[in-house]
Amino acid sequence: MKLTGAEIIVKTLIEQGVTDVFGYPGGQVINIYDALYKYQDEINHILTAHEQGASHAADGYSRATGKVGVCIATSGPGATNLVTGIATAMLDSIPMVAITGNVPCSLIGKDSFQEIDITGVTLPITKHNYFVNSVADLADTIREAFSIAKSGRPGPVLIDVPKDVQVATYEYEPQPIVEKIPLPKVKETLIDQAVELIKASKKPYIYIGGGAAGLGMGKEIVALAEKIDACIGCSFMGLSAIPDGIDGGRFLGMQGMHGHYASSMAQNEADLILAVGVRFSDRATGNVQKFAKKSKIIQLDPDSAEVNKNVRVELGIVGDVEDSFRRIAKKCEGSEKPDWRNRVEELKADEVRFAKEAESASKSALTPQKVFAVINRNKPEATITTTDVGQHQMWAAQYSTFDRPRRFVSSGGLGTMGFGLGAAMGAWVATKDPTILITGDGSFGMNLNELATAVTYNIPVVIVLMNNKVLGMVRQWQTLFFGKRYSNTVLETRQTDFVKLAEAFGAVGYRAKTEQEFEDALKKAFALNRPVVIDTWIDKDEFVLPMLPPGGAIDDIIVKVDE
Amino acid sequence: MNRFIIAVYVENKTGVLTRVTGMFTRRGFNIDTLTVGETERKEYSRITISMQGDERVREQIVNQLKKLYVVKRVEVLEEDSIKRELMLIKIQNQASQRSDIMTAVDVFRASVIDYSNDGMCIEVTGNPSKIDAFVKLMEPFGIIEMCRTGVVALERGSANLFNKE
Repeated sequence: MKLTGAEIIVKTLIEQGVTDVFGYPGGQVINIYDALYKYQDEINHILTAHEQGASHAADGYSRATGKVGVCIATSGPGATNLVTGIATAMLDSIPMVAITGNVPCSLIGKDSFQEIDITGVTLPITKHNYFVNSVADLADTIREAFSIAKSGRPGPVLIDVPKDVQVATYEYEPQPIVEKIPLPKVKETLIDQAVELIKASKKPYIYIGGGAAGLGMGKEIVALAEKIDACIGCSFMGLSAIPDGIDGGRFLGMQGMHGHYASSMAQNEADLILAVGVRFSDRATGNVQKFAKKSKIIQLDPDSAEVNKNVRVELGIVGDVEDSFRRIAKKCEGSEKPDWRNRVEELKADEVRFAKEAESASKSALTPQKVFAVINRNKPEATITTTDVGQHQMWAAQYSTFDRPRRFVSSGGLGTMGFGLGAAMGAWVATKDPTILITGDGSFGMNLNELATAVTYNIPVVIVLMNNKVLGMVRQWQTLFFGKRYSNTVLETRQTDFVKLAEAFGAVGYRAKTEQEFEDALKKAFALNRPVVIDTWIDKDEFVLPMLPPGGAIDDIIVKVDE
Repeated sequence: MNRFIIAVYVENKTGVLTRVTGMFTRRGFNIDTLTVGETERKEYSRITISMQGDERVREQIVNQLKKLYVVKRVEVLEEDSIKRELMLIKIQNQASQRSDIMTAVDVFRASVIDYSNDGMCIEVTGNPSKIDAFVKLMEPFGIIEMCRTGVVALERGSANLFNKE
């Protein structure tokens, strides 16, 4: 059948299994929006308050499910507003397809109204991008974009479609959903080498990252850890890979700059790190010259460019991470390593002691630790925890519990303040599972306009706004490394009343200054089935601990702050 | 720091060069020379990049290039590959120096392609080190302007980048 380019776009999205898209209309996508109107029974469009919110929603949609998230924006400012969201997806390897309109081909290159070379702008922050100048190429380009977005190491793909291409007509025939392009099979000799290295190890540490977090391999990872008597740690992006209660005490949590003490220390003392889908980000390694010096590293990754990029590894195994892991696990022989196990238990005991000391030093009525204790005991089954960026994010990473994979949605690599609300909406739209957003007064201020969207579509996200009236993470650095010169991080002069603000948007607002108030508010919030903001007051001088100072190594770990 | 040459087959489409060079800029790698041109396959162009770096840089560049969807083949060329560069160089033409210049042209198997009372333009082709030597030789005579194409290179033997081991 003959369709317009705009109809081909929407039809191809439907054909590729897309049921929800996030976006914002404008002059150069008006035809696409007309097609969305026409096919509204087959595809659901969510109008956000800002294109950035749409991009984060598409990202959150993807993180919660593994599906390709889709967002749409008009040319010029619409397209540039997607940029932060696309970059966020790029840094965390999230599959996304962003579709932008552009001025007609005849006006391209003339600095026309709302014209931006968005393929140029997004070149370094997309896995690939396209400028489609012929309607004949449109459907296949979109199909290829989906294939690229989800194959190998996933990532965002942008398709820029000038207006005349949307208007032109062409034959369209539906095609099946494109499959992931399989990675080449890893040679058995590499698997054998990995097995040998594991066999020779006395202190193995299994290190899980974002490349494995969504695969649902938790039980298999724990099974291997038990077989070879290893402990397990994860990077920030690896959180929720090992659901609670299945690890038999072997999972030490996140390592790295704000990682758990025992996890970072054990990684440093290990003689073998089996890295599964991690990229050794600087926030995870600290000073790479001093990172895991006693350890040989086996790295399983779909991306050959990640091997030896940040740290030198003993053995890089490039291919399907799941397949490689299974083959290695199958060939490994069981062994007991009581010394290593005892050492890890010592580290865990130290961690508990440090954590108690740090919390008892707190002057707050409501400490971050208490906030998360309350959340953990009240959140419904399958809750998705989303965050913004800053101290609250690190506390969420340290203290949240997860009952299944893909339950932690947070901007790791780019560290995008303002990510949370959009992402939370996307995660909820994708799953309809209970969704909680942990945010701060700084981050929330960046994209709180999306409350309008949450109200419009009755997206019942429970927003725990950890309000300390400062930009807490930067303040923490200023306290520790800048002589308490609090340059532009004090928000006390802002007069925002977040309860009234929530109400003004048509959402529900509560305020909590004590553990009891917070627990009451949270219970009500989960029962309401509406968007709720809980303005949760915490002290401005709470610290995220432990901390590896920027550029520092494990020896520099800060476990408490003496004031 | 070793000098090496990377040959890259890319799709013959607009914007491809930006994608390739953008990766170098983004990752902080410096290119010494870069040439692009047609190949034996109409759908591909061949980019020849000459640069310096250690083993790790080389490995990282090749892997990063492979990730670009427009890149179809990447190879670090063997050290003994055939390398050629072309240079046009304009020299001051003074009577007192003329015979010395002509001797150099002769020895380097270069050729004079433009000649006037006060200047001449010489074309010289060869291994980049030969071009370097010729430039050095011409410096005292007064170089008015010069341009070099950058290196093109092919490996020896009968294989090509698509069928080599």
